[in-house]
Amino acid sequence: MTDDILKSGLISAGWAWYVAIFTMASLVFCLWILRANRTQKGEGGKDVKLHGTNQWDGLREWDNPLPKWWSNLFYITVFFSIGYLLLYPGLIVTPGALNWSTDSLHRAEVQDAKKQFDPIFDAYMKQDVKTVAADKGALQIGGRLYQTYCVQCHGTDMRGSKGFPNLVDNDWLYGGTPEAIKTSILDGRNGMMPAFGEQLKPDQVTDVAQYALSLSGRSSAPDAAKRGEETFKTTCAACHGPDGKGNPALGAPNLTDNVWLYGGSVAAVAESIGKGRQGKMPAHKDLLGEPRVHLLAAYVFAQSQSQAGSK
Amino acid sequence: MGNDREVYNYGVVYKFALMTVVWGIVGMLVGVIIASQLVWPQLNLHEFLSYGRLRPLHTNAVIFAFGGCALFATSYYVVQRTCHVPLFAPKIAEFTFWGWQLIIVLAAVTLPLGFTSGKEYAELEWPIDILIAVVWVAYAVVFFGTLIKRRTSHIYVANWFFGAFILTVAILHIVNSAEMPVSLTKSYSAYAGVQDAMIQWWYGHNAVGFFLTAGFLGIMYYFVPKQAERPVYSYRLSLVHFWALIFTYMWAGPHHLHYTALPDWTQSIGMLFSLVLLAPSWGGMINGIMTLSGAWHKLRDDPILKFLVTSLSFYGMSTFEGPMMSIKTVNALSHYTDWTVGHVHSGALGWVAFVSIGAIYYMIPRLVGKEKMYSTKLIEIHFWTATLAIVLYIASMWISGVMQGLMWRAVNVDGTLTYSFVESVKSSYPFWAIRFLGGVLYLGSMFIMAYNVFMTVRGSKVSNAVVPPPVTGAVAAA
Repeated sequence: MTDDILKSGLISAGWAWYVAIFTMASLVFCLWILRANRTQKGEGGKDVKLHGTNQWDGLREWDNPLPKWWSNLFYITVFFSIGYLLLYPGLIVTPGALNWSTDSLHRAEVQDAKKQFDPIFDAYMKQDVKTVAADKGALQIGGRLYQTYCVQCHGTDMRGSKGFPNLVDNDWLYGGTPEAIKTSILDGRNGMMPAFGEQLKPDQVTDVAQYALSLSGRSSAPDAAKRGEETFKTTCAACHGPDGKGNPALGAPNLTDNVWLYGGSVAAVAESIGKGRQGKMPAHKDLLGEPRVHLLAAYVFAQSQSQAGSK
Repeated sequence: MGNDREVYNYGVVYKFALMTVVWGIVGMLVGVIIASQLVWPQLNLHEFLSYGRLRPLHTNAVIFAFGGCALFATSYYVVQRTCHVPLFAPKIAEFTFWGWQLIIVLAAVTLPLGFTSGKEYAELEWPIDILIAVVWVAYAVVFFGTLIKRRTSHIYVANWFFGAFILTVAILHIVNSAEMPVSLTKSYSAYAGVQDAMIQWWYGHNAVGFFLTAGFLGIMYYFVPKQAERPVYSYRLSLVHFWALIFTYMWAGPHHLHYTALPDWTQSIGMLFSLVLLAPSWGGMINGIMTLSGAWHKLRDDPILKFLVTSLSFYGMSTFEGPMMSIKTVNALSHYTDWTVGHVHSGALGWVAFVSIGAIYYMIPRLVGKEKMYSTKLIEIHFWTATLAIVLYIASMWISGVMQGLMWRAVNVDGTLTYSFVESVKSSYPFWAIRFLGGVLYLGSMFIMAYNVFMTVRGSKVSNAVVPPPVTGAVAAA
């Protein structure tokens, strides 16, 4: 009986009988007040009298009996409630004759859904992501999954926004192979650009930013970029590589492709260097299960192939 | 006993009555603004004027400023007149007026600034909570003090409802607002987790049950028989539905937390007592509407009576809809959708506001010693405009609510969702535009009322109505 109570923490188990008895007594009270005021024989009709002798600011009340249909409606709801309390959880001290609970309902629904839908997804699991990506039916399902679980960050058009990668620009932080995409969705990714604001002087940060921009030919201050090169070689190259082409194993972005996740202005790049960035792609293994992620990966891969270059 | 020179205290009633109109316009204007922000999100011009800050301002203004002033005005008017004595402690009554206005102004400043305790309908921070408690205790002193020194032997039914409302709101407010201050403008609830949620909705639903229902039934029980000039239909019905209503409302809160971490047994009880609540609620509607038997013809050319009777129809409709929505399987569809918003507004615009508007139109001329309002025609126009506004509002919310519920639960043959959330938002736009139009019409009709009230009271002073001695009539035949 008390499982539910203790689990929820709403009340302590010691109150169970008190609450159960009080609940029933309250329904009995409703029955009593109706019964005590029931219509007597011959009451009502045309010769109804005014109640008592009191007048309040000229107001009075008729002595009409309770409308019969109204009393019956009241009785029906009370008796229904008593019946419901015997069948379903409500009286705390008993789970109800049907042994029903929200948990059992949820378990039954999940089981039904598994039986119905799992075969569809399991069939695709037997093929590799690339093969699935060529299957029209699979892409339709993948698209629906994308519209439910991915749009919040990556957008309905898959082009992302600041801090959330564009999936169709053919630029991949962790690799764009079907397997790499699947791993990103399944296990998530933690992008971590450390903050260098403590270690570098503000001027140095701006210089490095200029150098980083110069890698894609966008620096407006060649002198500053030249000064920044030195710092880049000693500090940044460890992750971004000596040529700035990044490292997919670390998720270190390629700085030469003119794709800027957090903005490509001098100020935005300087901010990335000075304050660092935290990018987090959540893991979906527990939420969706591998078969659905398999389809999602196929969908994202297929879209990136067909839309790449159309940015 | 009754001395000829003793007069009713109409001054404080008059002030509350005027502020009812003013705060009604302010609260509904904020409602129209947030309705427009849903249609045109770019109207979130500044953080102070953003939807998230203005929404609690709207609910607080219409419930506690507009509804609250209507309740103060009518209860002070009704309790003295039906007890045949002037108001007890007139200075304290005056304090409740200025105290309540101060609370409203503080709410209007702090909510847009972002100070909130985060509890729905109880957002105000702890210093204001304390002020509310003080004013409310003062209100109770005035009301119950007047009841105690009454010259009638029995207490009139309207005062049972006002009394229950004042007492219960005090308990609800104090228990739910228990919080630990960390600074002048920030506090944390005394409760945690599911207990906090349960206490919040015990408060929230009883705010509906006692503030917005019992109190307004008090208004109904005086102004409907007065305006219809007929005795109340049934004493026994009023007795049974009063006790049943105030008793069962207390249990209904958990229906706001269906399918949450709240244990199953609590959800069941919340649903069942909501169903049981149907008959006690309808008892009030029947008693009000049947009071008109033999006087139906008066509806034809009395727009004040139209307001009062229509309010009862909306009361009956929303108290049928409420129990239905509390059924868990129905709630699974309706919860978190616009259906809830429509349900609330058929109660708020149709029941609470209409019965208040009818009562204000009844009182205003009497408070300034006049026979009737400046223009009956304008009351008629107000009535029809506002009724059309409600129909637009609730019909659009019903459609968009059911549509959202169906879209959210629709699945494809592969078990994936048929619609993404944003598609349901997109599909809701036309209905949000209709709702906005309904809101504009309702707000517009309130300006007609303000003009009518202004023209009625212009150049007049508060009336010094003499307290008549109570009459104990012989039992008359029908």
